Amino acid sequence: MKGRFGLFGGQYVPETLMSEVLRVEEAYETYKNDPQFLAELADLNRNYTGRPSLLYEAKRLSADLGVKVYLKREDLNHTGAHKINNCIGQALLARRMGKTRLIAETGAGQHGVAAATVAALFGMECEVYMGEIDTERQALNVYRMRLLGAKVHAVKTGSRVLKDAVNAAMQDWSARCGDTHYLIGSAVGPAPFPEMVRDFQSCIGREMREELLRREGRLPDAVVACVGGGSNAIGTFYPFVQDEGVRLVGCEAGGKGVDTPYHAATMARGRTGVFHGMKSLFCQDEDGNITEVYSISAGLDYPGVSPEHAELHRAGRAEYIAVTDEEAVAAFEYLARTEGIICAIESAHAVAGAVRTAKTLPPGSVMAVTISGRGDKDVAAIARYRGEALRD
Amino acid sequence: MNELKQAFENGKALIAFLTAGDPSIEDSVRYVKVMEEAGADIIEIGVPFSDPVADGPVIMEADVRALAHHIHLPQALDEARAIRKASSIPLVFLTYYNPVFSYGAERFFRECAAIGVSGVIIPDLPLEEQGEVRPHADRFGVSLIQLIAPTSRERVQAIARAASGFVYLVSSMGVTGMRDGFSGGVEEMAAAVREVTDVPCAVGFGIHTPAQARQMAALADGVITGSGVVDLIGKHGASADEALSAYIRGLKDAVRDLPPRL
Repeated sequence: MKGRFGLFGGQYVPETLMSEVLRVEEAYETYKNDPQFLAELADLNRNYTGRPSLLYEAKRLSADLGVKVYLKREDLNHTGAHKINNCIGQALLARRMGKTRLIAETGAGQHGVAAATVAALFGMECEVYMGEIDTERQALNVYRMRLLGAKVHAVKTGSRVLKDAVNAAMQDWSARCGDTHYLIGSAVGPAPFPEMVRDFQSCIGREMREELLRREGRLPDAVVACVGGGSNAIGTFYPFVQDEGVRLVGCEAGGKGVDTPYHAATMARGRTGVFHGMKSLFCQDEDGNITEVYSISAGLDYPGVSPEHAELHRAGRAEYIAVTDEEAVAAFEYLARTEGIICAIESAHAVAGAVRTAKTLPPGSVMAVTISGRGDKDVAAIARYRGEALRD
Repeated sequence: MNELKQAFENGKALIAFLTAGDPSIEDSVRYVKVMEEAGADIIEIGVPFSDPVADGPVIMEADVRALAHHIHLPQALDEARAIRKASSIPLVFLTYYNPVFSYGAERFFRECAAIGVSGVIIPDLPLEEQGEVRPHADRFGVSLIQLIAPTSRERVQAIARAASGFVYLVSSMGVTGMRDGFSGGVEEMAAAVREVTDVPCAVGFGIHTPAQARQMAALADGVITGSGVVDLIGKHGASADEALSAYIRGLKDAVRDLPPRL
């Protein structure tokens, strides 16, 4: 069925937005195979973002873990994370749809920065919705967005984090969709967003796959990525889904533990539901209210997940593990000391998952890990976590 | 379903919305009776939800208040049951889809029918996604109320063909809440609906003054007022009786002399 991944997906939006969502779907169908559109996307990916991103053989990490580990360096992209891949694609589409204004939600601020960046690049107006709590824990990114000319709204409703930012952005869009495109930052929302965002992020897995075949002469045994909404993970996994021998490992935010109320582990603790335009897995109470989730990582602090991940999970094609704050912080420090790479705290969840996965792989195995973003934004928070206060 | 149709047969219908359990089930049940006596023809009961994406700040805050003392879908059903003991005014629920999905659509519509709730409005369940609930709504004879928005245009008639009970015409873009003006196009929406169905049309979103009620009622078969009611309950808490009575009477008086169903 159109816009579905098995039982998941769909277009559960208020009637006010339905025509616009269908217009986005039609536009995406029109342009996704349009040679000129794809050429423009490829040109910007190469010359603006710096793609293909490096696939780095992490030799000290490999020696320590006993398997060969490659890191897919999305942290080296312009703006410092994978989010730019999707933003360029959607901004190109929005421009073709005649839109002059972009709105976006952001958690850690990486997507907000990427959205503000493409808005500046294309001369479009940009407003970003960010939970008030996130504006506090990611103040640096708030200022980056403002430098780029975007207006940042601190969302003060609900739990004041990513979910509430999505609510506010959807409300903005329902009031003003004539000139506005809602640049959703993850592979979530009503169709066509989950598929479209996946497609724009699939360069990650495609490049990874080609490069591994060239250098190793074979496919990896496992690929690992972190999962909040799930865009870098689905972009990593998608080109490998048909390769049955490749294990797909998604690492979600275990917070203070999935047996406490403080986590964002949708796969481990969520139930099927309908929210933010899609049927997927959500952390919710017994009566279907969406629950507040928690993670040290603002970018993984989301109560739902991409419907395509929900289906990969159901089908048993991908495995999902919950990584706690403590494990993620340890992995953040471990990668810094072992390879000289300060990754985003989101990506550190993938690093922690890779450490665990390595133990289940036979010697000589090859594993690829997506480092979805760089960690400059997290340094102060990690210092606080370790009991140190930093001053600029 | 007939109760809803009948409510439109004595002039323009006034539909009043309140949030279940705000400020308590007891008060809310009494407010229904107060509004009925002041002239409301149909009561719309909002089921509190954690993330009411189609609602503005007034109703969002009412949901926060109700959720704080654990008013969820089962408690909203209890409220409807209690109202039914005291009144025969037609009732409809407004609920986001996830609480219904979680409760089970079949079980929910069966309960609605058993209680005597005539219709259900699910703002985040557009026509294309209604397949999974429609068989249950039909089987238990509960109307699935359709919404038509200013952006619906070429979708209007397909939606109207699926309508029963009444059609909810959304006066303006954006979320619910009191407004000074409307986006326009209500007359065109109502005309397009009438070409394909005789199900009555009620206009909602933003209506909170007698003049607005009159202006919008003249274009359709009835008007819906929500945030205006909820705002009074928010301000007066458990002693909103007089304020609600005066408010509803004011709106009803403004539409009373308009000619009945067009």
